[in-house]
Amino acid sequence: MKLRIDSTRCQGYGECLPPAPRLIELDEWGYAKLLVVELTADQETAARAAVDACPNDALRLER
Amino acid sequence: MTATVASGPGATPVFGPGPDRVESLADYRSHGGYGSGPDPEELLDRVAAADLRGHGGAGFPTAVKLRAVRDAGRSGRPPVVVANGEEGEPGSVKDRWLLRARPHLVLDGLARAAAITGADHAYVYVSDPTAERRVREALAERAFDGPPLELVRVEHAYVAGEESAVVRRIDGGPALPTAKPPRVFEQGVGGAPTLVANVETLARLALLAAGTDGGSTVLLTLSGGTRPALLVERPYGVTLGRLAREHGTPQPAAVLMGGLFGGLLPPSALDLPLDRVRLAAAGTGLGCGAIRFLAPNECPVSVAADAVDHLAVESSRQCGVCVSGTRALRDTLVALAEGRCDDDGIAALARWAQALPGRGACGLLDAAARLAGSLLTGFPDLVAAHQRHPCPTCAATPPNGGQRLRVPAPVPAPEPASGPARAAEPGAGATPAPAPEQGSAPASPGPAAGFGSGAEPRHAARPASAPEPASGPARAAEPGAGSTPAPVGAGLC
Repeated sequence: MKLRIDSTRCQGYGECLPPAPRLIELDEWGYAKLLVVELTADQETAARAAVDACPNDALRLER
Repeated sequence: MTATVASGPGATPVFGPGPDRVESLADYRSHGGYGSGPDPEELLDRVAAADLRGHGGAGFPTAVKLRAVRDAGRSGRPPVVVANGEEGEPGSVKDRWLLRARPHLVLDGLARAAAITGADHAYVYVSDPTAERRVREALAERAFDGPPLELVRVEHAYVAGEESAVVRRIDGGPALPTAKPPRVFEQGVGGAPTLVANVETLARLALLAAGTDGGSTVLLTLSGGTRPALLVERPYGVTLGRLAREHGTPQPAAVLMGGLFGGLLPPSALDLPLDRVRLAAAGTGLGCGAIRFLAPNECPVSVAADAVDHLAVESSRQCGVCVSGTRALRDTLVALAEGRCDDDGIAALARWAQALPGRGACGLLDAAARLAGSLLTGFPDLVAAHQRHPCPTCAATPPNGGQRLRVPAPVPAPEPASGPARAAEPGAGATPAPAPEQGSAPASPGPAAGFGSGAEPRHAARPASAPEPASGPARAAEPGAGSTPAPVGAGLC
């Protein structure tokens, strides 16, 4: 699984950070930056939670 | 001053025999154009053997791209091919020159790309009105030898030629990039696998089909300093120093590479040859072939600030990180140019240069980050001096959205009435007389003459709200062109 971000959709809400602090960080302007793209099996639950947390559907999982 | 087209030395297959005038169908045919050529498979092998790369900026292997589109089409929808003539880089003129001077060469290449990929639609995508007119005239001379073709006009913008922006515009939307994946070769125009190919790349495809060496040279726009800009065609391997001498700026203060995409190189880089691997190892790239040699009295700091200012202005403002990132880079570089950048500012530039590439939907933010990063790594003493004292050169050249970096495109002279006959193909219907180019200079003797009129049509001068003369789905050929199938595809505007 891959974690993807659509930068045109990220509005800097920061809601993705609490569920996945090891996969995502927020830059100095508050926009999400992926720390990991290729997910290991044990990272998928956190990634899915981050995807669900984004109010603007900027994150998605890709097989 | 418009760029001057300078021929030779050496082979200049894309320039052809008369780069300072519009090539007619008869001329193109007499030089082997529109020949039967190899079958599509064999041509694809030739493209791979020549290691032809995309000339729009990314330098991706053309054979790989053609195969990917062809294969995606075999397992799904029939592909679409696009000749991308939208030249966003302010320092590049070669794509507009090519469409204005040799439209048949590009159309020949586009038809062959359609045959290789099995495309069922083709598009020519341009913003330049003169280029559009030349393509229409060429299509009136000879109907497109491929699937239904549509000419799509776009407003000029830095990002409008980015491949996902091209697809979005053709599909009826704004010419703005989208997030990847999917890449357009997987899912492009109308969801079909799409080849978006730079017009120079397509010209080289046509040359390879004609048995000419189409892969050994590159079109280059050389500008900078006080010298007139030059459009040249040179073999790969030529050094930056030799190009600088040719341009008339033999000892530049810096080299701005690849339009705004290759960053700034110090004078020590003048020994570098135009070689993809060597340039990449030096942290730069040829991009679209636009190279600016800064005169000894130009300052790399103010040029970096001006170039990033242009990128900040041209950001399509879709990605928050691009809006914030280009603005922060610009403001910090301007502070450096004004002698008021502290160590924290320098540290921030270094951090952004590392952290921002790859964050936006397109490469604009990467270009801005590379400009800042290359300034810090290539000119450390100059940067330190700017922290201590205001620079008089920078003070005299404050950023103005990159206007100083803009090179007006040459206007090839229309064929004189006494020139070779403009033979129309059977079935191509009436051939319109070539429209006189307003303000263009008459054809002059000599390879580097005939372009000094300064009458480059200015896209920026047209109010954004003014109706476009050619908006709407443009017909591939004028009424009466007979054999051209009716265009299909998304409506525009």
